[in-house]
Amino acid sequence: MSADIRCARLAPEEIRKNFSELHAPLTELQAIQESARCLFCHDAPCTEACPTDIDIPGFIRKISSGNVTGAACTILSENIMGNTCGNVCPVEELCEQVCVKNTSEEKPVVIGQLQRYATDYLFERGIQPFSRGAESGKNIAVVGAGPAGLSCAHRLAILGHNVTVFESRDEPGGLNEYGLAAYKMLNDRAAREVAFILDVGGINIETGKTLGEDFDLAELRRDYDAVFIGLGHNAVRALGMENETVDGVYNAVDFIERIRQQDLLTLPVGRRVVVIGGGNTAIDMAVQIKKLGAESVTMVYRRGPVQMGATEYEQQVAQTNGVLIRTHAQPHRILTEDNHLSAVEFEYTQMDADGQPAGTGETFVLPADQLFKAIGQALDAAPLESDEKPELVHGRIKVDEFQHTTLPDVWAGGDCTAGKDLTVTAVQDGKIAALSIDEYLNHG
Amino acid sequence: MADLSCKIAGVSSPNPFWLASAPPTDKQYNVERAFEAGWGGVVWKTLGEDGPPIVNVSSRYGSVDFGGQRMMGLNNIELITDRPLQINLDEITAVKKAWPDRAMVVSLMVPCTEQAWKDILKKVEQTGCDGVELNFGCPHGMSERGMGAAVGQVPEYIQEVTEWCKVHTDLPVFVKLTPNITDIRRPARAAFDGGADAVSLINTINSIVSIDLDIMAPTPTVAGKGVHGGYCGPAVKPIALSMVSEIARDPHTRNLPISGIGGIGDWRDAAEYISLGCGSVQVCTAVMRYGFRIIDDLVDGLSNWMDEKGHATLEDFRGAAIPNVTDWQYLDLNYKTIAAIDQEKCIECGLCHITCEDTSHQAISASKDANGKRTYTVIDEECVGCNLCYLVCPVPKCITMNEVDNGLPYLNWTEHPNNPMK
Repeated sequence: MSADIRCARLAPEEIRKNFSELHAPLTELQAIQESARCLFCHDAPCTEACPTDIDIPGFIRKISSGNVTGAACTILSENIMGNTCGNVCPVEELCEQVCVKNTSEEKPVVIGQLQRYATDYLFERGIQPFSRGAESGKNIAVVGAGPAGLSCAHRLAILGHNVTVFESRDEPGGLNEYGLAAYKMLNDRAAREVAFILDVGGINIETGKTLGEDFDLAELRRDYDAVFIGLGHNAVRALGMENETVDGVYNAVDFIERIRQQDLLTLPVGRRVVVIGGGNTAIDMAVQIKKLGAESVTMVYRRGPVQMGATEYEQQVAQTNGVLIRTHAQPHRILTEDNHLSAVEFEYTQMDADGQPAGTGETFVLPADQLFKAIGQALDAAPLESDEKPELVHGRIKVDEFQHTTLPDVWAGGDCTAGKDLTVTAVQDGKIAALSIDEYLNHG
Repeated sequence: MADLSCKIAGVSSPNPFWLASAPPTDKQYNVERAFEAGWGGVVWKTLGEDGPPIVNVSSRYGSVDFGGQRMMGLNNIELITDRPLQINLDEITAVKKAWPDRAMVVSLMVPCTEQAWKDILKKVEQTGCDGVELNFGCPHGMSERGMGAAVGQVPEYIQEVTEWCKVHTDLPVFVKLTPNITDIRRPARAAFDGGADAVSLINTINSIVSIDLDIMAPTPTVAGKGVHGGYCGPAVKPIALSMVSEIARDPHTRNLPISGIGGIGDWRDAAEYISLGCGSVQVCTAVMRYGFRIIDDLVDGLSNWMDEKGHATLEDFRGAAIPNVTDWQYLDLNYKTIAAIDQEKCIECGLCHITCEDTSHQAISASKDANGKRTYTVIDEECVGCNLCYLVCPVPKCITMNEVDNGLPYLNWTEHPNNPMK
């Protein structure tokens, strides 16, 4: 039997419907009622849980009083990508998880959706609350136009510095543009946000410029007063198995990028699909290939549901979309027919004494037309090669609490440094780095 | 960014938001926290004459909750400051010195003798404060001792005490009015005639917020007994706005500066008071519920709204609503609106129908088709444009009140053929 892979497995209108937004935006009435649920806590747990320190009760109170512009400014002054984060933050393990209303009413205030409501309001009215500070005459290079790089660039621009952002892809935005699930980032949301960030002025983006190819770190350090590295993940982990390169086997991140950038009707979709991994990328891949019309989608993870990188809520989203999640199994063999994937053999696992999954020897086979690998991404440090390069730790760029690397004039943040790989943490890294760079430029 | 700086009766502050004389302004500690948060000024909690300190009870506040929300209204039975006079004076001096740009007005209440007022004024003047506010308003406790509302309810006393104060101090004198009277214009005129530089209103309203049915006593309850207290918070705002408008419209007091008080919790409330002519606004209940940090939205919200409306300063809209407050007899009896229901937005709750049917003009019909779909339709000929359906409808913009162009000219009651007094 040959592989069953086709484009447009579903009618165009059905695919369009499947890719409509996960949550409809709050109406004005919903926003008013939901904001009235907020208790305006002192020393609020939600703010403490927010990686970017947004004054959450403060912005919700402003929605409640009708000062929605003010609410958006409260959000954006701490998190310039507050709009994206309102859509994609795993609020169920951040702000909303610790909302005191969980205790009193078993239901948190929907902080993420309120954040989106306020920032949408501002964007829809074309209000630009930020302006550049007095020109400092300092020039800073930012590598990577993703959340970390753009957050850093925006804060630096506000502080009066000139910023040049080098981006290897054709469009800025990083994972917001290329990596997040399409149904979470509809209507050019990422591009709108980037335009808003650039609108403040003082930021020049050079796309198609890759570190380690078109220029190196030494040149940047020579030509600029400071450098920020926001490379993100530039490499995908491999299974290290035979047949990993046959037709039908894909890196999930590459395919997700195609979903974001390509006509959905031109994407190859298998009848039977297997996704390997337990993080948000695996979930986004599994859900989206199902929405594109795959008949059966099985997500396989080698540990248990609790150990998954994907939150319980994300797992539920996958399950209600018809994805079957199988845990405690690891890939054993990739089976092929005519140099094309035909099935994946898995081995059951058990946790050993160290809490590591160990194969039991017992196996099962999942017939598959497509296999998506989502077992993690990594930093390829090769582009950093230069006369002097920043130290790495555990395969990522080593930074201190101010995102300062081991080089005096180089900072780094986002996925290429340690920490949770979330948009919101990347934004915070960029913001902190910008403040530290500003301090360095002003006071040495 | 709009300029929120404020000047009333010679007292300046960086914004119009002052804390009213009340528990939040009883101590240096609280007031400095308020100033750090960004408040424009305070009226220090009422000082009494030197001597044995005031004694307060335990159990002092009662709340009216509404629909699951706390403190729609709040009442209190606390008296004036219970701290020694000299401590208050020293702290006022220190705070004013440390925060020279903020308004520092000191509330006063002493027995009704010229000497008593003269003495306290001389002491207060030493603090460097910007003005005094005469507390003629407290409805509980002090009124039983011939002070507070006992003065505020007798215009002659108001005028006399105000005159004494104007003789014995050069500080701006604010007179704080009690709403527990029948016509607010009388005490306001008395204050004006006595030389007051401004009036502050409203003080709290006589109230019993609830009866504890288990012990059959009013709340707050002190050892099984309760007493009427002073009511404030969002529930009193409409009463205060009306009283403010009366003073602002009265030819006698038309130019008398007003510091507005009553249920101000957000920037919109403040803008409403200012539109009725208030110079500054005073806040208490909202900070007693949430803390001083609400100043952030008050300032930011008012500023954003002013920017949106093109108002550069408070003067640009101060009093702008006064010309549109009129007497009923001058309303246009030929003006006509009728309700319209947007069937796309209707969620079929039927509240518009049942309230109109039972309590108004039977102007909304109800029907149900075979599928159970309910349709409510306005009967244009029956609709008097009362707004009730529009007010009860839970969906924004589902019911609108639309003006009917009937081609008829302005006609008020004084000109109306049905007016027998015409």
